[in-house]
Amino acid sequence: MELAKAIILGASAIGAGLAMIAGIGPGIGEGYAVGKACESIGRQPESSGKVTKTMFIGCAVAESTGIYGFVVALILLFINPFIDML
Amino acid sequence: MKISDLFVGVKEISVTGPKIIHQFKFCGITINFTETIVIGWIIIAALAIFLKFLTHNMQKVPTKRRQIIAEWIVKTVNDLVEDTMGSKFKYFAPYISTIFAFSIFGSLISMLGLRPMTGDYNVTLTWALMTFILIQGTKIKTNGIGGYFKSFLDPFFVMLPMNVVSEVSTPVSMSFRHFGNIAGGMIISSLLYFALTGVSTAIGLSFPVFAIGIPAALSAYFDLFSGFMQAFIFIMLTMIYISTAADTD
Repeated sequence: MELAKAIILGASAIGAGLAMIAGIGPGIGEGYAVGKACESIGRQPESSGKVTKTMFIGCAVAESTGIYGFVVALILLFINPFIDML
Repeated sequence: MKISDLFVGVKEISVTGPKIIHQFKFCGITINFTETIVIGWIIIAALAIFLKFLTHNMQKVPTKRRQIIAEWIVKTVNDLVEDTMGSKFKYFAPYISTIFAFSIFGSLISMLGLRPMTGDYNVTLTWALMTFILIQGTKIKTNGIGGYFKSFLDPFFVMLPMNVVSEVSTPVSMSFRHFGNIAGGMIISSLLYFALTGVSTAIGLSFPVFAIGIPAALSAYFDLFSGFMQAFIFIMLTMIYISTAADTD
């Protein structure tokens, strides 16, 4: 029983780490979006307000996949659902 | 030498949910009276007193500074709502400004050392559900009840599960985004604090030298910037979703 618990805890910790790989996608995506926004502000400085607003909304939407991964990691770390299944 | 020997003197790291102050049963359901509720009411009371102070004894031509501040706040929110949603949705301005003020002070209260209110999933889920109801209500109002249910079969009936999932995912992603940013900041700050204290102990200092200053910079990002940004994104998404729900196509 102790061994089973230990395996579950260790596997959950590894799983939480793996879940955070989801952070790569939003990182690349948001970086690309911000780069493009900088380019377009450089081309048309007068539209910077609108571009910035749109960029933040886009970033927020792109971020949600990373947040999902983070929530999975949090669940595995703090309210581990598998311990109760033993 | 074991790794754990390095961390002697470091308190046990603890990241917990909001503390439960009182627990009572109502119709067989256990209701938790948590820290979040207390902090929420503190914010409500502080905001109410502050706004009452700003708006009491108003004149037609403002002479007092506080009335000018109050008018500036109202005008800013009205302009933002009008720019984003169009002038026919101007009546959403009070709702938007309430959510914004509550959210931003709920996050910024962590600067006072209290637990950020928005780091509790119940809070953000409640706001997201209110927005969800507003979106669905606006859709029903524009298309009529028949058109509303027909829109789920758009473009053809095989798409029904996709449309349902895309509707339901709106409040889920909105609430998790806000919650995840604030709670993540909280967890990362406490992890960093733990690590810096551990480093100081490891090189034989009894006083955690490294824990000075570095967490403050992180706190400025996570508490100030992230708190403001998430509040802004939440209201922007609310406005965009509601105004696109009113599009007739």
